[in-house]
Amino acid sequence: MALRTISIYRGDSGGGRFVDFQVDVEEGNVVLDVVLKVQAEQAPDLAVRWNCKAGRCGSCSAEINGHPRLMCMTRMSMFPADRPVYVAPLKTFPLVKDLVTDVSLNYQIAKTIPPFQPRPPDPDGLYRMSQEDVDRVQEFRRCIECFLCQNVCHVIRDHPENKARFYGPRWFVRLAELEMHPLDTADRRQLIREMAGVGFCNVTKCCTEVCPEHIKITDNAIIPLKERVVDLYFDPLRWLADRLKGKRPGAVGAQQ
Amino acid sequence: MAQRQAVAPPHRLGFAATLRRDTWWVEPALVLAALTVFFGYLTVSAFLDNWAFEIGPYLSPVFEPKLHGVYSQWWFSPALLILWGPAGFRLTCYYYRLAYGRSVFMSPPACAVGDLPPRYYGETRFPFILQNVHRYFLYVALVFIPLLWIGAIRGFHDPDEGWGVGLGSFMLVINAALLSLYTFSCHSLRHLVGGGLDCFSCSLYNRTRHRIWSWVSRLNANHRLYAWASLVFIVATDVYIRLVANGHITDPNTWSRF
Ligand code: SF4
Ligand code: SF4
Ligand code: FES
Ligand code: FES
Repeated sequence: MALRTISIYRGDSGGGRFVDFQVDVEEGNVVLDVVLKVQAEQAPDLAVRWNCKAGRCGSCSAEINGHPRLMCMTRMSMFPADRPVYVAPLKTFPLVKDLVTDVSLNYQIAKTIPPFQPRPPDPDGLYRMSQEDVDRVQEFRRCIECFLCQNVCHVIRDHPENKARFYGPRWFVRLAELEMHPLDTADRRQLIREMAGVGFCNVTKCCTEVCPEHIKITDNAIIPLKERVVDLYFDPLRWLADRLKGKRPGAVGAQQ
Repeated sequence: MAQRQAVAPPHRLGFAATLRRDTWWVEPALVLAALTVFFGYLTVSAFLDNWAFEIGPYLSPVFEPKLHGVYSQWWFSPALLILWGPAGFRLTCYYYRLAYGRSVFMSPPACAVGDLPPRYYGETRFPFILQNVHRYFLYVALVFIPLLWIGAIRGFHDPDEGWGVGLGSFMLVINAALLSLYTFSCHSLRHLVGGGLDCFSCSLYNRTRHRIWSWVSRLNANHRLYAWASLVFIVATDVYIRLVANGHITDPNTWSRF
């Protein structure tokens, strides 16, 4: 056991300050353990959201020494023992209280994404897919909706006015999951360009850096979506080939 | 009220605003320095056609393919006829977009550090909307690959003394290999060979494309490494061949005349 200083932001949308707490930290403690100890012993009104303490629920996102991370997956031993560890709420979402932000913008965006639209089943009423067809999609299914990627993305983090025209990395992961699904028939490329604003992303990969599920967001979701948008909007050769084959660009199933 | 709030306190907006306490500026500073040195050198080199860039079997890859025989009367450096291709390819490359997006345009300079531009439109408007033409530069770059390999093979054949081998021959081979790895690990290529398909198993054609996509994907995971290695090596090869061609150093080789 060692006495350590943890500096937690206390306040609401009107403002606040970092407050230092001295806590007995045990070996193996994660930042969430220490924050909960503060809540139990020193500041019972400290607002913090958590659920699983196992990196599964995506509730405990915060900025620890300025790095967007899950509190439950960040060990205290990562940081020098002689300096305080700073815990702040996410920057990109409106602050409710202390470490709790209002991430409901994400759920509003989710509702605008056209859901899975499967083709008709095989004659025996079953759907068949091969593993190689769903490998890509399974990476995207690992997402725990912690919204650390949304939080770190400079497009909305540093330019709040873009929130209305840019969906953000988590939603490109979702869109890639649907677009690459072997059974799905919908074509969301127009939405990806116009409403989701994939062009705002300049592939600087901070989303990939912070993803606790190690989803290769930029390489495997966003860049492939950008390339699909290029197929539809910026590639005259592809347009001509689709015309010659009798496929209108943008037609359902044009990707098959 | 909370919804109107631009950012949650204690955060603030503005360039370099951050709660990070580490030396986040080191990486963009190093990348900026490296980009300046290597691309700066290549730009200067392209104009230095009066400083010999060719000797015996060796021709600097900056001047590959060999156009200067045909165009020796031209008033500008023959490299300029060639370099727009590779230059455009690198400029629109998804990796270099990250490198200069962070270190030159500082949007953002590092993760969770405030970015520089007050208004930001990314690649939705001119000029950055032109990044979408990357695949056309890829087609050009694919034409260069066999030309570079021809140059590398020519590096073993002196016009006067015939076949042989020297240190420069190996440098030209490594240079061609690294540029091939860089080109074949391209994100656009990954999309074109198979990434654009939704169903990999649906036909023999798609299964074949899936196999090619898997190879390109494996290379693609190291695209950044190949981007740097090929950049550094083309500079090294150009410098080496020029030093040999101008008599500053001697190339260990099996030929007798240089
Ligand atoms: S890569 Fe694109 S989506 Fe991801 S953080 Fe950077 S700008 Fe945002
Ligand atoms: S993609 Fe990764 S960082 Fe983004 S919400 Fe999902 S798990 Fe979190
Ligand atoms: S508490 Fe569930 S992810 Fe941290
Ligand atoms: S060469 Fe880098 S992505 Fe195409």
